[in-house]
Amino acid sequence: MTAPLLSVRDLHVTFGLDEGSVRAVDGVSFDVLPGQVVGIVGESGCGKSVTMRSILQLVDEPGRIKQGEILYRMPGVDGQPETVVDLTKLAKRGPQMRAIRGAEIALIPQEPMAAFSPVHTVGDQIIEAIQLHHRQWRPDGSGLSRAEAREIVVDLFRDVGISMPDQRVDAYSWQLSGGLRQRAMIAMALSCKPRLLIADEPTTAIDVTTQAQVLALLRELQRKYGTAIIFITHDLGVIAQMANSVVVMYLGRVAEQGPVDAIFHAPKHPYTRALLRSIPSIVGQTQVALPTIAGTLPHPFNRPSGCPYHPRCDERKGPECAARVPSLKPVDQGQSVSCFLHHDSSDTQ
Amino acid sequence: MTASHSVDTKQPLLQIRDLRKFFPITAGVFNKTVGHVRAVDDVSFDVFEGETLGLVGESGCGKTTTSRCILRAVDPTSGQILFRRKNDEIVDLAKLTREELQPLRAEIQMIFQDPFGSLNPRMTLFDNVGEPLLVNGMTNRAERTDRVADLLKLVGLRPEFMHRFPHAFSGGQRQRIGIARALSTNPRLVVADEPVSALDVSVQAQVLNLLLELQKRLGLTFLFVAHDLSVVRHISDRVAVMYVGQLVELAPTKTLFSRPRHPYTSALMRAVPVPDPRIPVGEVTLKGEVPSPANPPTGCYFHPRCRFATDRCKVEAPALREPTPGHFVRCHFADELDLTTAF
Repeated sequence: MTAPLLSVRDLHVTFGLDEGSVRAVDGVSFDVLPGQVVGIVGESGCGKSVTMRSILQLVDEPGRIKQGEILYRMPGVDGQPETVVDLTKLAKRGPQMRAIRGAEIALIPQEPMAAFSPVHTVGDQIIEAIQLHHRQWRPDGSGLSRAEAREIVVDLFRDVGISMPDQRVDAYSWQLSGGLRQRAMIAMALSCKPRLLIADEPTTAIDVTTQAQVLALLRELQRKYGTAIIFITHDLGVIAQMANSVVVMYLGRVAEQGPVDAIFHAPKHPYTRALLRSIPSIVGQTQVALPTIAGTLPHPFNRPSGCPYHPRCDERKGPECAARVPSLKPVDQGQSVSCFLHHDSSDTQ
Repeated sequence: MTASHSVDTKQPLLQIRDLRKFFPITAGVFNKTVGHVRAVDDVSFDVFEGETLGLVGESGCGKTTTSRCILRAVDPTSGQILFRRKNDEIVDLAKLTREELQPLRAEIQMIFQDPFGSLNPRMTLFDNVGEPLLVNGMTNRAERTDRVADLLKLVGLRPEFMHRFPHAFSGGQRQRIGIARALSTNPRLVVADEPVSALDVSVQAQVLNLLLELQKRLGLTFLFVAHDLSVVRHISDRVAVMYVGQLVELAPTKTLFSRPRHPYTSALMRAVPVPDPRIPVGEVTLKGEVPSPANPPTGCYFHPRCRFATDRCKVEAPALREPTPGHFVRCHFADELDLTTAF
């Protein structure tokens, strides 16, 4: 079995507020294999974005990683063997973290309009990143001139399907349409040859037809460069098309994870099942009441005891659901679930 | 607050005829008009009493401008918006002055997209939901309290919440508050502009169920503007598709999704990701970008992106036709193309 590129182990992130502390991420573990697409699904407040920001060490105050490890496998430089670093141990603003951020692990943010500076051309912003992380292009350490970096940007723009790339390099982000801006953002994320790409709802703000183009582009680039992708979205249709494996999160915990086919065709956790039932299908019966999940998401200060999903669960097993927290246990080939329905109630955390 | 559900009567509640809305593009020191954005360009359709008409299209296609014209939030450039009042009198909303519109406002209400921006954060639920009542002459506070309590119960919220402020509620609950406010004046037509796009899937299902139930109970007519095709398919009786300010196809939901006649409709449906990993990802059929409504292409607006375009499409603009009763399409080759999709 290949060693994972990234391994998140029992991650806890809390936000200390005046009213009390919020456990945004409460014991999350998952692996990303090299070249694999991992989809993370969950509703707002489930901790998916905080998990991603923890990987890049971008959690804002008062958020703090309380516990856990984020192990990243660094390539060996100059014939040195690979090393595994724990990203949570690195200083947020230290040289090591800054060398990883953008170069090894890149981010495609949700809102490309807000992510680009409006007073610099998109080309300038990408050139800056390439010159900063010049080792990704010139492992011998010799720098890149502006003109050389610009050439790389033009090639990248061509790769991501931007027409007239040598002119678009000099455009400002507000001169580009939504689809072009998202393509430029993808070019920027790929500009330093990352081995891991985190795409945080990259197509939520754009139309379906543009979304189809962007998803096709990401699939093609992923095949071409072998980049591993963590794909965060709430759109189960997008997950089904993009991911090899899926992590379903609920209230800061992993409810279920497994290969994409198992998650969609043999979901084990009641939350995954309810989520799949509640989406209107493009083939199902129309104008009938959709199955819903009872109740609402609990307030972060008011976390239920035991399994976080038990007050809304329609397949509750018994009193143990309210008393103890089920741990994530394997149930099938590569599929794990944290629910007492599928394993002994003595397996608690 | 009872009204019978009357889809079968098939009487149009709203008739839109040749609606146009052009926004001027100005330049220079004297703000000379140098062109127009043709946001809504010759749109005609009917909305029948008791039905839900879905209006779909990509951003910039004019679906929101169309709905805003009906509410006269923007003034149309030309065309008619015929609305049948409670007493069967037909009025043209496009021609009325602000004062003349005032009594009609109660009959046409709106549900907004953003549940966070559309409620006044400094007003309690009682004031937010009760304000339309006050404006429409219900000045007795006790009477208003009773009515707001009824409305909150109707949308599945507890009447005790009345004296809280919107910040205490989740996105789904706020959308329910917005719905309660829209229903406060007993409207007959409700324009819902992307009412569930800002909500999580499980909450989205709850709000869609609420809208369906309210329609059944109160005999409401919905104009449902959205970009999510599976949501529109789920809730609508008929669906209208817009592209660059024009209506390109309108048909009963089932017909539109099983046998689309316009290549754009078909491409739009293929672009929707299906939540099943076993269904192979189709190739991207729609390439390029939506043209600017300030400078639309010649002939058929869709021809530069259409797989089936011929020389005729480049020069001759197709008219909206009705090849089979109730199925409208704006394409020269609607009868010849086979666009039957996998759905």
